[in-house]
Amino acid sequence: MRRLPRSAWHAATVASVRPETSQSARIELDVDGWPGNAAGQHLDVRLTAPDGYTATRSYSIASSGPSSRVVLAVDRVPGGEVSPFLVDELRAGDQVEVNGPLGRFFIWEAPGADVSDAPNAPDAPDVSDAANASDAPDARDASRPVQLVGGGSGIVPLYAMAHAHAEAGDDTEFRLLYSVRTPEDTFFRAELAQLAVNGPGRAGGIRIDLIYTRAAPTGHERPPMRLTRDEVARLVVPAERAPRVFVCGSTGFAELVASWLLDLGHDARSIRIERFGGT
Amino acid sequence: MSFITRGFSGRGRAGRDERLPPGQTLVEDFPVLSAGPTPDIDTADWQFTIRTESGVDTSWTWDEFMALPIEDVSTDIHCVTHWSKLGTSWRGVSVDTLFEQVETEYEFAMAHSYGGYTTNVPLEDLLDGKAWIAFEFDGEPLEPEHGGPARLIVPHLYFWKSAKWVRGLVMMPDDDPGFWEQNGYHLHGDPWKEERYW
Repeated sequence: MRRLPRSAWHAATVASVRPETSQSARIELDVDGWPGNAAGQHLDVRLTAPDGYTATRSYSIASSGPSSRVVLAVDRVPGGEVSPFLVDELRAGDQVEVNGPLGRFFIWEAPGADVSDAPNAPDAPDVSDAANASDAPDARDASRPVQLVGGGSGIVPLYAMAHAHAEAGDDTEFRLLYSVRTPEDTFFRAELAQLAVNGPGRAGGIRIDLIYTRAAPTGHERPPMRLTRDEVARLVVPAERAPRVFVCGSTGFAELVASWLLDLGHDARSIRIERFGGT
Repeated sequence: MSFITRGFSGRGRAGRDERLPPGQTLVEDFPVLSAGPTPDIDTADWQFTIRTESGVDTSWTWDEFMALPIEDVSTDIHCVTHWSKLGTSWRGVSVDTLFEQVETEYEFAMAHSYGGYTTNVPLEDLLDGKAWIAFEFDGEPLEPEHGGPARLIVPHLYFWKSAKWVRGLVMMPDDDPGFWEQNGYHLHGDPWKEERYW
């Protein structure tokens, strides 16, 4: 059985930095001794100033697999200390430290790839409605559809999953619901279009639904507005088909989407959430 | 291993504070971190239970819990995702108060939450004024997304140990890992030793 590798500090050299959107950058790192990572994992980036001052932040990884080339897509948090530096100042050849791979819960691996055993908690006090984490559906349950729901830069770990799914030619049904402000704010625009070409119903295929909240492309029939509960009901794999759902976005987005999913009858144990606060 | 990143000067020194453990950054807001959906728990259905090696359960309903001595707690909190908040205000019942009614020889506890979350905490980290079951934050009832109606707070450990939506403690002979501890996070989680991951 393959266990996910332990996390450790590694020296990383920037291979390339390029704009992803007007507010974000795609950063490719060559990480010395990186053991590979599962789709959906994250890492910590540590920057050190000449006087020894350090700042550390967590970022989702947009890539997966055994390669030591690790891809990040970092959104510039206005007034932030680290993300503006990464987006605006970092360039090829620079070095940073990374700790990872981190996180063993918000991950997707193609069937056949073995992940660590699910948590196995001891007996809980009797509470009739209590779910036990170890009752959570097995992460390797290949027959169940996978629904990804992302808001803004929350797409990053979900893109890693969609990409891993395509790479593996896996025949799990995959859908992505992705809410962005404008077409220009879409992360991995070209890559997602490419993944969508290989549409649903084919190995590695995915159905992608893009929701624009501020401005839509010309000719787009839906007026720009926030995602609604009705759209979630219509665009997410229905609860009766027991999809595994991965939600990633800001706290507000994730809380709202998760509450709608519960309303629509999805099992709380089938919903995995990665929230990020505005730090 | 540590080296300077070209061009990075950092801006956080002004906020650097001896109360801030290594690798942490001050935040003003209160980010939410949890693995699954926020459960909706009515206090009418809420119960807190401590289960010991003898199989005996000591339980409190919400009203019984509110009748216990309540403490005001002002404390710093440190999340493993590198944010800290200083001087947060909570109200709750000391875990010491609860254990006055409990007989156990076991030295470890597993905190269990509504929604299925678990986290392991040694008893010595829960007693002697180090942990509370809190139901108010900043003078307001604890919001569901922050763990309401009640959450464990163990502020001297990383905040994932402060189980949201807590419903009980199960005593254990060994320090078995809980949910995040089985998912790559440190068994103990002392922020001053940077016990983040394994």
